[in-house]
Amino acid sequence: MTTEWKTMTPEQKYEALWAKFLSTEGKPFASPQVAELYRRRVQRLKDVCELKKPDAVPILLAVGNYVAEYAGISHGDMMYDYDKMAEAILKFNVDFDLDYQVAGNGLPGKAFDRLGFRTYRWPGNGLPKHMPFQMVEDEYMLPDEYDQLIADPEGFFLRVYMPRIMKSLEGWKMLPSLYGVMELPMALILLGTLTVPAVQEGFQAWIDAGRLAAEFFAAAGKAGAQLTFQHGMPNYLGGFTKAPFDIIGDTLRGTRGIMIDMYRQPDKLLAAVERLVPIAIQMGIEAAMSAGLPLVFIPLHKGADGFMSTKDFNRFYWPTLKAVCEGLIAAGCVPFLFVEGGYNERLDALADSPLPAGKSMWMFDYTDLAEVKKKLGNWACFGGNVPVSLFYAGTPQQMADHVKKLIDTVGQDGGYFIAPGAVLDNARPENLHAFIQTAREYGKY
Amino acid sequence: MAQELVQAIADLNEKEAVALTRSLLEKGVSPLEVLDDCRAAMQIVGERFESKQAFIPELIFAGEILKQITEIVKPYLQREATAGKKLGKVVIGTVQGDIHDIGKNIVVFMLEINGFDVTDLGVDVPAERFVQAVKENGAGIVGLSGFLTVAYEPMKQTVQALRSAVPEVKIMIGGGPINEQIREYTGADAWGKNAVDAVVIAKQWVGA
Repeated sequence: MTTEWKTMTPEQKYEALWAKFLSTEGKPFASPQVAELYRRRVQRLKDVCELKKPDAVPILLAVGNYVAEYAGISHGDMMYDYDKMAEAILKFNVDFDLDYQVAGNGLPGKAFDRLGFRTYRWPGNGLPKHMPFQMVEDEYMLPDEYDQLIADPEGFFLRVYMPRIMKSLEGWKMLPSLYGVMELPMALILLGTLTVPAVQEGFQAWIDAGRLAAEFFAAAGKAGAQLTFQHGMPNYLGGFTKAPFDIIGDTLRGTRGIMIDMYRQPDKLLAAVERLVPIAIQMGIEAAMSAGLPLVFIPLHKGADGFMSTKDFNRFYWPTLKAVCEGLIAAGCVPFLFVEGGYNERLDALADSPLPAGKSMWMFDYTDLAEVKKKLGNWACFGGNVPVSLFYAGTPQQMADHVKKLIDTVGQDGGYFIAPGAVLDNARPENLHAFIQTAREYGKY
Repeated sequence: MAQELVQAIADLNEKEAVALTRSLLEKGVSPLEVLDDCRAAMQIVGERFESKQAFIPELIFAGEILKQITEIVKPYLQREATAGKKLGKVVIGTVQGDIHDIGKNIVVFMLEINGFDVTDLGVDVPAERFVQAVKENGAGIVGLSGFLTVAYEPMKQTVQALRSAVPEVKIMIGGGPINEQIREYTGADAWGKNAVDAVVIAKQWVGA
């Protein structure tokens, strides 16, 4: 980060990030028309984020496994055959003529194999080719490890969590404190550990995984650049981070573990989510800065209606998530909260404890958007609510009706984008076409 | 009935519940009576869940307390407690291709405390295993769970397989992406948004 950046106010950073995102200068666009199309689409996003009325309602998609399915390749190919993956991404975006590009669930399967990830199963690792990757719920952090996590989160990840969840990194259990490198004689302890074959094997796996992942990044990057510069489709999600409660509840303690901790050791859990706030902020900023665009995707899981009481939501979930959002906003980023499940019972809590106006975007699944508009509309840009079941089992007519109704009820004043309620894993092409066409024709202001 | 113990479990006072269990047993109270208290307490937790006074953490933690008490009671048990009268048999599982089980486990918990005899087939369950299980134990109700939209197709296939092999069985479906549209698509008899719905539907079907 430049000195200049460090001295900028949050508002200046925000404007600088958008300016970089909006800029078409010196970028290899196919034609001035394509560049203009790109610029208009980014401007549309910026306008809704700031609760203004743009030229049209932005049409955003969140797509997972449907990219592979539509292109007719297996989920296994999506993780192992990067050329096929890139073709599938191009075909999907171009055929549906999207406004903002999506990548689907392409992942570097070979790199994950080399590391020996245990937290997921995927086609090629315990699942057949036609099935998509899925997480395996377990206690990957033990109930008595909170103190270690709180004292030194990165050390805990390096020496405890990573060796546990990646077979090839088992030897890293033996890594000593890194602080010895302050002095040559003290560094001997670190060097001594580096002579151990199991430790070396961990570093070798890390290097190999990097080499294997490079192939993936090259293919995905090429497809992404083609969509941006040939088709004027911006990639809208720059970074990725998580709510501190979900960090612990998803892949550390697991759902069961964290919910027992809410009763058995609430103070440790609260200290841990607090401790993870700066880390979650840093994770989002790093990714957004390297992508050069402000939106940071935050999928929300265990704070949804029914998962816990609103009292617990206000105690365990929202304060630290809010702190993460505020930290991102202070760095000029825009948290893009993907609210899976329902948040109907949380809206009052959010309304009582709002984020700065015009600095966050919210994509809702089952939450009533009319209520969202009423309760959060003065500070939150929002969208979503087109059920994934409608994409799969509905008709184009039903889709068109639903889209029109949403735009009529909540999309008249700007500050609104149209999007599915959740990530599309399956759909009928005619329904997705109807979604895009209707939104495009009906969503003009 | 030891009202104190029922209250301690229902209010999720783990230490008190465990201590009370120990002292009751040491005083010579029958282990079966302690288990009855557990059932009564779970009933209360279930009712609180239904009325949205309790949520998933409360269900999970209640289950955790129950597990501990069962461990303490075990050595005192001469013979297995005779199971109370059951409302009916339910076969349940997450359909093939989906390995999520949290929602399904909550449904199992709620059905069990409401008096159903539940056979849980686990996750990633092929249609044939549902058919086989129903044929083996004569269950009148099947519950199909799915968290991903990838579950739509296997759900539909499982419903079809059950319809042709055991036409009399009632089928309910549930999980994140399930709604009336998907019930119609899969041909199931009913769908539920949550575990409370599952209990209501199952009770309706057995006429309870």
